[in-house]
Amino acid sequence: MVTSTVVAPVTPADQTRGAEVSTPRRRAVTWLGLVPFGVYVVLFLAVPAVLAIASGFFDGSGAFTLANFAAYTNPTILQNFFASIWISALTAALGAVFGAIICFALLGTRPDRMLRSAVDSASSVLAQFGGVMLAFAFIATIGAQGVLTKWLVSIGFTANVFNNFNGSGPLLYQIPGLVIPYLYFQIPLMVLTFMPAMEGLKSTWAEANATLGGTRFTYWTRIGMPILAPAFFGSLILLFANAFSSYATAAALISQGGIVPLAIRQQLTSETIVGVANVAGVLALGMVVVMIVLMTAYSALQRRASRWRR
Amino acid sequence: MSATRATPRLAATRPTPPKQRAPRYAAAPSRTTRSIILVITGVVFLIPILSMLEFSLRQGQTGAHGFDHYAAIFTAGSAGTYDVLFQGIANSIAICLVTVLIVLVLLLPTMILVEVKYPKLRGILEFVCIIPITIPSIVLVVGFIPVYSVVAGIFGSQPWTLGFAVGIIVLPYAYRPIASNLAAVEVVTLSEAARALGAGWLQVLWRVILPNLRPGILSACFITIAVVLGEYTIASFLSQNTFQTALVLVQHTDPYVAVIFAVFALIFAFILLLVIGRLGALGRSRSRA
Repeated sequence: MVTSTVVAPVTPADQTRGAEVSTPRRRAVTWLGLVPFGVYVVLFLAVPAVLAIASGFFDGSGAFTLANFAAYTNPTILQNFFASIWISALTAALGAVFGAIICFALLGTRPDRMLRSAVDSASSVLAQFGGVMLAFAFIATIGAQGVLTKWLVSIGFTANVFNNFNGSGPLLYQIPGLVIPYLYFQIPLMVLTFMPAMEGLKSTWAEANATLGGTRFTYWTRIGMPILAPAFFGSLILLFANAFSSYATAAALISQGGIVPLAIRQQLTSETIVGVANVAGVLALGMVVVMIVLMTAYSALQRRASRWRR
Repeated sequence: MSATRATPRLAATRPTPPKQRAPRYAAAPSRTTRSIILVITGVVFLIPILSMLEFSLRQGQTGAHGFDHYAAIFTAGSAGTYDVLFQGIANSIAICLVTVLIVLVLLLPTMILVEVKYPKLRGILEFVCIIPITIPSIVLVVGFIPVYSVVAGIFGSQPWTLGFAVGIIVLPYAYRPIASNLAAVEVVTLSEAARALGAGWLQVLWRVILPNLRPGILSACFITIAVVLGEYTIASFLSQNTFQTALVLVQHTDPYVAVIFAVFALIFAFILLLVIGRLGALGRSRSRA
């Protein structure tokens, strides 16, 4: 309401502003306004992050050591990293493809209509709010007593993939079983992150394509996909990172280790293994290294993708 | 980040009359293709939610259905069986309040100050606010454990102190809506105009900047609430009883009640975010008019 009535002043902007910050004392006072947030971020973001990583470099008595890195020669730890990476890669790839198809279906719908609002809110709920509750949802669906499992039993599949996978019990409580609940938050995250890029496709490009005699097929292969490629791979990386760092779903389903976050839990909660108390820090460092590589690739792709969005 | 940049331009390209049918050469799919994809997606995503509802209506192993478990919440609830769950919800609400306060008192003023006075710091602020996405919560937890032994020394081991840690997790989600709102409303021009007309800084803040930022602030608060209610990792490692950790606890003794609360929480969050979406849509249509 204010926006429509207030008109920008005719006086040059720097003239009015020059009067504001003229005295050095004033400037010092406004600088102080940044202090509370700065202190908060240092205390609760910088300090914990540094402590988490640094703890890997010290032994139980507080002396500097690199011995904790011996954890990376432990086949179980390596297996955990491998499992984390393949689950993240698989769910990211599947989530990206299915999510992109949903974005395609939503193309041309108006963002302020009920359908889009509903899809957007459902996506946000499932992508950010999930965790423990998603685990419950899938226990009720494909757990040992789940609806789908019981239905498969009732139509004759007494030993189906859901209640006996790989000869070791219900699929849901094993590492490969994580793929299904993970997809349930990966696809919505893809919709959230990829939709803006999809909406960035200008209708003039489709018109130009049609004027030059192109079909819808040539439009997508020659224009749409090449333009969307950087954004698509950027979202793919984000999905990978999301699955890689996800903890709550796996923790609610699996009581042992198997992926890196669960291995960190084992390290933090076990007090029986002597001498490896700081292995959690080393594992955290490993995760951060993976995330830094991912985020560097992500920002490079974002820069490329933004070229088309001016 | 990308969303913020795309939205304003979208509003500008939209004025095509809505009644007109999309021509066939356009990128958008046909009505049938869209319906097929969306219906299949909808069904697949509804199955687990409906399964939860079915599960919560089951009566033991008999195969019969009824509202026994719902009734039990009230009868057994008064007997104190689910105290841990209600305590967890109360703690989560306290953490919500602290976290929303952090967003409103620490993040928001800093963002406005940077926008108005130090635009050069905008990049740094954005970088700081995005970092928590790139550090997995489980990694931060390793560092939060020693930090919280100090915090517990100052404030005691109170559940609400978790708000400090969760506030960090929430930063990226709270930053984005406020930042896109700030970018859309020309805060500098507005505050200069107000100053030129003789307003003091407090007046500028209270009567010009904040009213213009209302949609962004509201959605930042709602998303913050959703994230706090869904937070599990930090609470479980710092041994505090919150909604999510209580759900996991109750699930071992009474899975039905845990599922009932999970369904309600999912629906609650969905409605909360739907409200944000509608608020945003209202804001857009008003600014276009």
